[in-house]
Amino acid sequence: MNAEQTVTPKLIVKNLNFYYGADRALKDINLTIPEKMVTAFIGPSGCGKSTLLRTFNRMYQLYPKQRAEGEILLDGQNLLDKKQDLNKLRAKIGMVFQKPTPFPMSIYDNIAFGVKLYENLSSRDMAERVEWALKKAALWNEVKDKLKQSGTGLSGGQQQRLCIARAIAVKPQVLLLDEPTSALDPISTAHIEKLVDELKKEFTIVIVTHNMQQAARVSDFTAYMYLGDLIEFGDTSTVFTNPKRKETEDYITGRFG
Amino acid sequence: MHTLDTRLKRQNLLDILFRSITRLSAFAVLALLIGIIITLIIGSIPAIQAFGFGFLTSSEWNPVTEQFGALVPIFGTVATATIALLIAIPVSFGIALFLTELSPQWLRRPLGIAIELLAGIPSIIYGMWGLFVFVPLFAEHVEPWINEHLGTLPLISPLFTGPNMGISVLAAGIILAIMVIPFIASVMRDVFDVVPSLLKESAYGLGATTWEVMYQVVLPYTKIGVVGGIMLGLGRALGETMAVTFIIGNAHRLSASLLEPGNSISSALANEFTEAVGDLYTSALIELGLILFFITFVVLSIARFMLFKLAQREGRGA
Repeated sequence: MNAEQTVTPKLIVKNLNFYYGADRALKDINLTIPEKMVTAFIGPSGCGKSTLLRTFNRMYQLYPKQRAEGEILLDGQNLLDKKQDLNKLRAKIGMVFQKPTPFPMSIYDNIAFGVKLYENLSSRDMAERVEWALKKAALWNEVKDKLKQSGTGLSGGQQQRLCIARAIAVKPQVLLLDEPTSALDPISTAHIEKLVDELKKEFTIVIVTHNMQQAARVSDFTAYMYLGDLIEFGDTSTVFTNPKRKETEDYITGRFG
Repeated sequence: MHTLDTRLKRQNLLDILFRSITRLSAFAVLALLIGIIITLIIGSIPAIQAFGFGFLTSSEWNPVTEQFGALVPIFGTVATATIALLIAIPVSFGIALFLTELSPQWLRRPLGIAIELLAGIPSIIYGMWGLFVFVPLFAEHVEPWINEHLGTLPLISPLFTGPNMGISVLAAGIILAIMVIPFIASVMRDVFDVVPSLLKESAYGLGATTWEVMYQVVLPYTKIGVVGGIMLGLGRALGETMAVTFIIGNAHRLSASLLEPGNSISSALANEFTEAVGDLYTSALIELGLILFFITFVVLSIARFMLFKLAQREGRGA
């Protein structure tokens, strides 16, 4: 889409290997994710695309047998470094999941939750921040009269936009979307995709998706992965219209996968 | 067609039968409950007629003059149960938090089994252990400290001054805490275990610490189960008889101090039913039982109300 634009690298992945116990799930991944663009990871189930995404905010560390080796540079800093503070890292890299995960609290508190972890805002500033985040997530008009109501009472699509608002409320630099529309109906999906297009003006977005059309629609760059290998990475139009590798072509033409 | 018809008719009949049986079982519970209440009320009529409302406010308990008041056992029951919960809730939360979030995998099962075993120990064992092991240690090492430090504080000093003899309301409360911890902890662990990992990951993904995730996300998500677990523990604490009888001292003497011996409703019942001669004495004891029933009922209602309020604050009821 924007292939001719100059790109600044935001995340640089160098020789990344990932292990679930003894299983090697990512094999020597090298990849550069450009700033303020949308990068999509596609590939069949189990190819490691979600695993790769989860190394960017070190979510895997919650689970004792999972480990990553290699380097992931965020603006030049290796975020896999043991000295990297996890909470600070996660303030810079937000994440949205396969299913909407509103916290069991009001819509307002859902957004304020993350902000409170880092900033000590006055209630007026907090209200402004909540409004800002909800507007950015294109949810404000639907919920502005019911901010005190529970976030779990919203529809699925609204809940997912609430989760996006929650993630961007802490003003991260990178937004990780792990199959964000897999649990949503087509209309909600279209909402989210439009939103992604808006959000990339301010955030670097990485999206994992099962849906190739979605990758083609929303992303500027696409990485095709298979069985833990990065098969092909390039700008989306090239990957989809003129793939360099036979495996990529087979997958995107539906001959396999 | 004919056979199909009869078969359908039979199935229909079976369905009706099944529904009637389940309804009967459900109503049997209700009938039982009402039956118990009625029996207790009938049994306590002589005492109610003799003492009226004064039964609740009098601390006198004299079988010889047949003067009975329930204040001492009511205070003992409420005080021991409160102490038990004050100790047991935070400890159980810690246990459940450790077991579900922090403990290495190999330690989870043995610890979990240990907790379930603790829950299975008969209360008489806790009573004996409490009397022979805990109470002497408590008298020697803990009570002097309490007298010295808490007993000199303003406002709360009356609660914490008393003899260093171990047998006391406070000791009974602590033993009760030990007894209810396994119940509360295992329920909490079970409900924490069913929290979707995506929900926790979402909170961790925002940079929350384990404590923030547990306290602000997991606990609200599981609050109904957690309150249920606490109520289970409270029910046991209110009704526990043997262990308390061993440790509380069974003294019908009103004292503000938690270090003094006291009495609880259930231990008064256990100790005195065999020696209750005369209708009024028996009736007074039955009225004690009715009061215990009532306390449990009130506590459960408060719990329901609290859940309702929480749901409202969260926005569901608004």
